[in-house]
Amino acid sequence: MSVVTNTTTIGAIEAPSRRNTELALLVFAVAIPVFAYANVGLAMTGSLPSGMLGYGLGLGMMAGVAHLVVRKFAKYADPLFLPLATLLNGLGLVLIWRLDQSPRLITQAKRAYGAFSPSAPHQLMFSALGVALFIGVLLLVKDHRVLQRYTYISMFVAMLLLILPMFFPAKFGARIWITIPGLGSIQPGEFVKIILAVFFAGYLMVKRDALALASRRFMGIYLPRGRDLGPILVVWAMSILILVFETDLGTSLLFFGLFVIMLYVATERTSWIVFGLLMSAVGAVGVASFESHVKARVTAWMDPFACYKTSGACEQIGNAIMSFGSGGTLGTGLGQGHSDLIGFAANADFILSTVGEELGLAGMMALLLIYGLIVERGVRTALAARDPFGKLLAIGLSGALALQVFVVAGGVMGLIPLTGMTMPFLAAGGSSVIANWALIGILIRISDTARRPAPAPAPSPDAEMTQVVRP
Amino acid sequence: MNKPLRRIAIFCGLLILSLMIRDNWLQYVRADELNANDFNRRVQIERFAHERGNIITADGQTITGSTETTGTDFKYKRSWKDGPMWAPVTGFASQVFDATQLEKIEDGILSGTDNRLFFDRTLSMFTGEKKQGGNVVTTLNSAAQKAAFQGLGDKKGAVAAINPQTGAILALASTPSYDPSVFAGSSNKDSQAYKTLLDDKNSPLLNRALRQTYPPGSTFKVVTAAAALENGLYSSIDEPTKSPVPYTLPDTASKPLNNEGNIPCENATLKVALQWSCNTVFGKISADLGNEKMKAEAEKFGFNKQIFNPVRTEASIYPKDNRPQNAMAGIGQASNRATPLQMAMVAAAVANDGKLMKPYMVDTLQAPNVDVLSKTQPEQMSQPMSAATAQKLQKMMEFVVTDGTGTSAQIPGVTVGGKTGTAQHGVDNKDNPYAWFISYAKSGDGSPVAVAVVIEGSDTTRDDIAGGKLAAPIARGVMKAVLDGKK
Repeated sequence: MSVVTNTTTIGAIEAPSRRNTELALLVFAVAIPVFAYANVGLAMTGSLPSGMLGYGLGLGMMAGVAHLVVRKFAKYADPLFLPLATLLNGLGLVLIWRLDQSPRLITQAKRAYGAFSPSAPHQLMFSALGVALFIGVLLLVKDHRVLQRYTYISMFVAMLLLILPMFFPAKFGARIWITIPGLGSIQPGEFVKIILAVFFAGYLMVKRDALALASRRFMGIYLPRGRDLGPILVVWAMSILILVFETDLGTSLLFFGLFVIMLYVATERTSWIVFGLLMSAVGAVGVASFESHVKARVTAWMDPFACYKTSGACEQIGNAIMSFGSGGTLGTGLGQGHSDLIGFAANADFILSTVGEELGLAGMMALLLIYGLIVERGVRTALAARDPFGKLLAIGLSGALALQVFVVAGGVMGLIPLTGMTMPFLAAGGSSVIANWALIGILIRISDTARRPAPAPAPSPDAEMTQVVRP
Repeated sequence: MNKPLRRIAIFCGLLILSLMIRDNWLQYVRADELNANDFNRRVQIERFAHERGNIITADGQTITGSTETTGTDFKYKRSWKDGPMWAPVTGFASQVFDATQLEKIEDGILSGTDNRLFFDRTLSMFTGEKKQGGNVVTTLNSAAQKAAFQGLGDKKGAVAAINPQTGAILALASTPSYDPSVFAGSSNKDSQAYKTLLDDKNSPLLNRALRQTYPPGSTFKVVTAAAALENGLYSSIDEPTKSPVPYTLPDTASKPLNNEGNIPCENATLKVALQWSCNTVFGKISADLGNEKMKAEAEKFGFNKQIFNPVRTEASIYPKDNRPQNAMAGIGQASNRATPLQMAMVAAAVANDGKLMKPYMVDTLQAPNVDVLSKTQPEQMSQPMSAATAQKLQKMMEFVVTDGTGTSAQIPGVTVGGKTGTAQHGVDNKDNPYAWFISYAKSGDGSPVAVAVVIEGSDTTRDDIAGGKLAAPIARGVMKAVLDGKK
């Protein structure tokens, strides 16, 4: 397996920085949502929305500032991350704004809470905060290897953030929120995925040799030693605990998946994958058989229409599936579907059904490809990174993103049981959009380091001494 | 570490790929099925998103409409002009309680989803025209319908009128009626109104002209007379029938069948027997012919099967029965039951020289741009009797109107044939009888109208003239309305 292929994104010395490519792509990433915004306005009210200029300028400013910071502080970064994230965030804002206009949701909110407050302005504010954090990451973390120092602090912070929601009341059947009086609530799970990736990367970089080499061979696979099984068992137990006490299927699946991926990359042992799959199967089946919230979700997944009239969980997923169905190949057009039938979660967990219904199969394919492209650039960054910590962190973050997209989209489309996580960048939710901008910030930082041209070799004094042997 | 990285890359690719495959499965393969799912509210929303097509009378009057509503996701609701009068024709179309009868059967055309409208839909997609449903043009005559509905007034009953030559239904009235407009929407008020109608013990939602069967009483004697002539029991309507008064029902020791009042029925001819509506004569005819022959003749007139016009009409019943009961069925009692439409068909077959045309009430289906999508061609349903027999019966029925029990159906200068009926019902005949009248009118070129009228539970006298007194004037009004329209 020593075939030499060019898999790195490191070019030759004096490689172009690709900043202008990024800028050109950003123009599209801003223009497309602005057109979408106009489209929604025309479809729903027959006139261009009044906030169009402000929205376009806002998104353009955010993208522009982020671009300038990347140009200055991460000159060699991969040029795709920023435009793709901006495009998703912009489209998300349009979709949320579109759902804000839904008379059905407005009436519903007024009936339930006495008042309706649109989500798009909040989301715009949180997006700005997210970009600010993105800039903060680029400014503060000049080299991603700095993060290595915080391995064990990360572990404590992650544990703390994971345990905290247990002490707060459940919302919509899951304990995944921390409520800070006067400030609103945050969903720590979104931040934990980044912090845990930092911890795993730091921990595994140190322990990988021990985990990889000290093992016995049994029936063709390498069995890890008992004491090396420790960490994986701890993480497994932790995700089961999250599942049981916070009834958060998505987060628990995401963390466990993240750990198995990073462990496998660190040790290069297939046995970990086998163990991971077995353990998650045992955990999932075990919990699903006695935890009522998870059980309801599984029932709804098996046949959403069988229990449609009786269970709220079924009604949501049933409605989502019908949304996709009615979108068909080309969709109904923005603003012209009825995805708001799903109810209060239409702009959060279920925002993908609006894409499915109004942009159709064509729009969904494009959207999934955008997510696929971000993940692919992330994996490429991992391949290109020259230090094991960077490799592990990059694959951890992009793997987490891929898993989250799969878990959410798969849930909404009825491929797997519904989990209640948010579609990165697209869904309404402050924690989610802020955390994901930070995630992109770190990936950009790693890719900048990875693609930065190697310093020119110092001139060797020996070279001049070499004599050419003449015949 | 690059080898596992590449594998993870493949794994991530598979995750995205599986999402894509699932999405194709949902949005491409299963799209139609999901769109037609019963739980899918979009179907309802789409149904009410644009103006529904209209139901139109033969003389061009629009009897339905659409009203814009606010506050729900259903943009339009159905409205009716003269709702109570037309309800037995149109049925209802509610945002919540589905639809019935024509509104339901022709829903595809009216809501614009029918495949025959595919071209129109595609065209309006490009021209940007407002989407609209097609129209249903009925055979109903608005003047006749008005005469029928107003004639019934606050009495409980029904009227069915058809054109004997084509089978086109000209009037269908049923009272007490309801206004479908009051529960067309989805508000609480609408549901309340619907519930009140459902609970009403007079069952206003019942379409008595098509869906209620009554003992036809003496009007059935026309069928019995047809059976007698067709089966050669008598060759002439002026031949004495050799029937005693009173007549004892077969197989019973002493169950005499009497006539209403002191009328000349002993050994009467068919013509006189129909003129005075002699129970003894027709009871004996039915007994002499036997159950099988009577049943066969009744079935030729359309008994014992449902008729779709296209709205379903309840099957009228001529039963398989023992001899005494069969004799009673021959005079329209016992288990003999008929819908008003069925009895109108009996009159129509006589008027149309023995040919029974299949009743229908949808003339044409129109696209929104009034292109004709389909037109109903009149078709013959059966031949219950020969033309000769039919002409004999016409003579008899016309005699009933000129010199018998049906004199109140006379129209100056028009030949009218008719038959009264007063059907007993209830145990031991204790409930109020049903007053019946069936008739037809003739103009120069055959008969343009045959009518059946039934009035339930009137407390007027029980004699056989009741049908003539109560029901005949209504039939006369309907016939006159049709004839006036012809001029």
